[in-house]
Amino acid sequence: MDTPVNKKKLSLKEKYSYLTRDLAWEPSYQKKEDLFPYATYEGIKVHDWSKWEDPFRLTMDAYWKYQAEKERKFYAIIDAFAQNNGHLKLTDARYLSALKIFLQAISPGEYAAHKGFARTGREFPGVGPQVACQMQAIDEIRHAQTQIHAMSNYNKFYNGFHGFADQRDRIWYTSVPRSFFDDAMASGPFEFMIAIGFSFEYVLTNLLFVPFMSGAAYNGDMSTVTFGFSAQSDEARHMTLGLECIKFMLEQDPDNVPIVQKWIDKWFWRGFRVLGLVSTMMDYMLPKRVMSWREAWDIYGEENGNALFNDLARYGIRPPKGWGDAAEAVDHMSHQFMLALYQWNFGTAFHSWIPSDNDMDWLSKKYPNTFDKYYRPRWEHIKKLEANGTPFKNYGLAKNCQTCQLPCVFTEPGDPTTLCHRETEYKGEHYHFCSDHCRDIFQEEPEKYVQAWLPMPQLFQEPINGDLEAWMKWVSLVDGEDNGDYQGSHDQTSFEKWREMATSN
Amino acid sequence: MSTVFIAFQTNEETRPIIEAIELDNPAATVYQEPAMVKIDAPDELVIRRETIEEQMGREYDLQELQVNLITMSGHLSEDEDTFTLSWK
Ligand SMILES: [Fe+2]
Ligand SMILES: [Fe+2]
Ligand SMILES: [Zn+2]
Repeated sequence: MDTPVNKKKLSLKEKYSYLTRDLAWEPSYQKKEDLFPYATYEGIKVHDWSKWEDPFRLTMDAYWKYQAEKERKFYAIIDAFAQNNGHLKLTDARYLSALKIFLQAISPGEYAAHKGFARTGREFPGVGPQVACQMQAIDEIRHAQTQIHAMSNYNKFYNGFHGFADQRDRIWYTSVPRSFFDDAMASGPFEFMIAIGFSFEYVLTNLLFVPFMSGAAYNGDMSTVTFGFSAQSDEARHMTLGLECIKFMLEQDPDNVPIVQKWIDKWFWRGFRVLGLVSTMMDYMLPKRVMSWREAWDIYGEENGNALFNDLARYGIRPPKGWGDAAEAVDHMSHQFMLALYQWNFGTAFHSWIPSDNDMDWLSKKYPNTFDKYYRPRWEHIKKLEANGTPFKNYGLAKNCQTCQLPCVFTEPGDPTTLCHRETEYKGEHYHFCSDHCRDIFQEEPEKYVQAWLPMPQLFQEPINGDLEAWMKWVSLVDGEDNGDYQGSHDQTSFEKWREMATSN
Repeated sequence: MSTVFIAFQTNEETRPIIEAIELDNPAATVYQEPAMVKIDAPDELVIRRETIEEQMGREYDLQELQVNLITMSGHLSEDEDTFTLSWK
């Protein structure tokens, strides 16, 4: 009875190998190709799946333990936020526009990532990535749920939060991230990993989450800081999986290198276009700014991206094709896109506004080579129109880029005064693009992109048939409440009234 | 030279962790940002369990780092005793 037991704890490596590697088996009465039918058609050659290691060596028991701890921390703060009227501690209710965009455009992306990783975890033949992808699938659904839950508190008090699910599917600016995720989910498992694991997680999420959470902290939004941090604690693992996946493909076979390079080119540019929305949030929508989009790009795009691409050079990988154009566009994109959002703000489920003199001075400082020269004069003109009682509204429709689905509002590389517009013909139809890179992506896979649903043509199709009121109903946008200028909005008057009540008797 | 970095939430749990990282990585630079701490280091950053345990005064499992992690850059290698990020 008293046989001495070996109490020695398993090392991390041993534990990982028992609880991950040893869960796999070789099929005996089915063919491996039948079990994993999507593993080879993309052309990626894999000789040894056991070479795929999760450097975190995270096993399911540890995973549940730490995730439970994260959830407890999250709900403790969310409850405190609701109990203490946390929404009145915001710097200003203008800030909420950034949150509304986040809820309508980004949180549904978390849900899409969940679906994608659940599927990819099933499709990879190796047990290492199967387990890591399953964990990430659970993380991503947690992100979607905690974000929606945290923001539901704002929905009790403010406009623009109520219709995010319809808007995810139907409104024009959200179709940019939606099509990004749809494109990734309609790809094979390896391309999906480059799209989300590598491009989105490793190269781009820092630009989205890190400055955004600092922004939330600066603007008194404890609930967003909380969901942001809770999600971001998983991101380090996601980034590692993305980097691991790319190294794995490059090391398995030299034939994989050109395929991987093509995906890096494509997904970097697609991701960069999604960040167009984020750039306006950082430069224009935070009452208290943290860093400019340009500054965030310098740290998390330029410096971090170069370190990564220098490192991958040993496999024969070069920086993405759009890298140089992106670096140039960083000084223009937030201004060009914010001008677009403002002039079409009858059709946005968030508010925008003409930047104040103080805001414009900040922008001049942060964009010394571009703001005063190209963008201040336009805002000044718009301000004059507004003061004369003829505010600038654009009821015309922009062309959508067939690939990234942004309205074609960006300018030519090297010439910020000329709109950039490309087109191509395919099977007798005309297709429009915002850039060379989006056109190139289309030309690689035209049969995929001709099927894209585009928000502008939708206006003339059933059930809208060109009727703006019908469109608003269809996208769950309440005219006069959710849309338009912040000045004079319900959000503005409610926030000011409630804050007044909270600070006086 | 390429920079590796790691960032943590600013809280009571990470304070001794950051102190331990500073002790073990004299070349690292620590940036206090709103609600987060970012640590940059040239080419390599090593986090040691033993040093964290000395700073915290309790046993520590390096996998606990994940609870307060925000982001990182560089190739990771991790075992019971060390958590290393590097660009080499
Ligand atoms: Fe996520
Ligand atoms: Fe993620
Ligand atoms: Zn495009």
